[in-house]
Amino acid sequence: MSEVFILGVDMIKFGRFPEKTVPQIGAQAALMALDDAGLTIKDMEALYCGNLGQASAMVGQRILQEIGQTGIGVVNCSNACATGATAFREAWMSIKAGVHDVVLAVGVEQMGKGLLGGGGGGAGIPKEGLLGSGTMPAVFAEAGMEHARKYGTTFEQFAKVSVKNHHHSTLNPKAMYQIETPLETVMNAEMISYPNTKLMCSVNVDGSAAAVLVSEKKARELGMSRAVKVRASVLTSDPYSERDLVMPDVNAVTRKAAASAYEMAGVGPEDVDLVELHDCFATAEILHYENLGLCGDGEAGRMIDDGEVELGGRVPVNVSGGLLSKGHPLGATGIANIYEVSTHLRGEADKRQVEGARIGMTHVIGLGSACGIHILESVA
Amino acid sequence: MSEEKAVSGPLPVVTWLKGANTNDPYIEGHKCGECGAVFLGERSTCSACSARDSISAVRLSTKGKLYSYCIVHRSFPGIEVPYISAIVDLEGGGTIKGNLINIEPDPEKIEFDMPVEVVFQDALGRKDKDGNNYLSYFFQPAA
Repeated sequence: MSEVFILGVDMIKFGRFPEKTVPQIGAQAALMALDDAGLTIKDMEALYCGNLGQASAMVGQRILQEIGQTGIGVVNCSNACATGATAFREAWMSIKAGVHDVVLAVGVEQMGKGLLGGGGGGAGIPKEGLLGSGTMPAVFAEAGMEHARKYGTTFEQFAKVSVKNHHHSTLNPKAMYQIETPLETVMNAEMISYPNTKLMCSVNVDGSAAAVLVSEKKARELGMSRAVKVRASVLTSDPYSERDLVMPDVNAVTRKAAASAYEMAGVGPEDVDLVELHDCFATAEILHYENLGLCGDGEAGRMIDDGEVELGGRVPVNVSGGLLSKGHPLGATGIANIYEVSTHLRGEADKRQVEGARIGMTHVIGLGSACGIHILESVA
Repeated sequence: MSEEKAVSGPLPVVTWLKGANTNDPYIEGHKCGECGAVFLGERSTCSACSARDSISAVRLSTKGKLYSYCIVHRSFPGIEVPYISAIVDLEGGGTIKGNLINIEPDPEKIEFDMPVEVVFQDALGRKDKDGNNYLSYFFQPAA
């Protein structure tokens, strides 16, 4: 099977674009990624498009209607917050399978404001606030409190995640926000679901990201100088665990994906120079230090206290600002974090560059559940 | 006149709350005879071990321990806050989620593994479009 390389990758600056359509937002990133690869839509053999909000509305084809109706096959996919990673992985698989040599993956989302989840549905009466809460801040607060019960993790430690990621985003011009948020500001922000304050919840934004993936043959033909090698691509669903159907278990699904990804890449957590992981809420980031093997079980609190996950630390996490400050356009997130890691591996991340980065990891979780992990390597 | 459509006595808030219309309501689980996994709601196949046709209905305990929780301060319009959203492991198997009541919504007052009991009460006055009342379950600190 051919190795797979990223030849072009980019994202738009995340923001709010109510005047634009979803395909228009997606088309922007698609063109940027094509330009980055030095190719055009006429060179693409297929398009893999990730979007949630208009999952049944042929977003991929409508992107082509914006930038070039070449008649290529289009796959539209939706997999909660793992949507972008799933589209990227479908593109990767088409090259692995030997079907295509050069394909485009696009993730795009246009979001409203406010709470996600907890809508209920079903017959009878609304259950929100009656049988607990199904809102996302609450669900991830409960997952964080499970960590607190096991290891004594504190509200302050969870809050430090948000301080770090907001700080990182001041160095990222494509992040939604570039604002420092000191610990007191984070802890004293409006409490949404204890222990997540408003500044510990990801930002609902509009955004898009795209990547051009090529086979090794094509990469050699077009030039490898800025290519990024895809060392592992893994997708898992939630394996059975005791409370999963009542309290979504984001740990088991991530651990399973991480183990497969390290095995596929032939590397271990100690080889990873930077990680973009799914900090949809500050509580979630803490869990994933352990789930991804960046530290031992029970060490995540110490890890954030000691600054090991800051830019300049042992393994910087979410130097883009993460979902907490860069923003979380659901369907775009999984490709935006591939853009971030690729940019470091190319040595093009400017002020937030992780020095000497050779290997990086991206991780997303779609609740319900899906986990997508990619391990990328610099080839320059 | 929607009130006319209402049936007598409360309806269950979820299908797995049984006996809503009696003085002996309870939570029903479905237990796998092969691996012992306990589910809420009817099913024929076990998602833990994939065994078929080994699932049977069991009456779940009203005694349990607080496994995890959060305190909800912002919810949708019209929903009273703050409240405690709690995950409770029941004695003998089964995990359910609900509101923890009769305790201050303050992390200083709430302890992991504190014993709680399941109590059955009206669903906070919520009615469906036909005017039906509903019976719900809640957790409270064990007496």
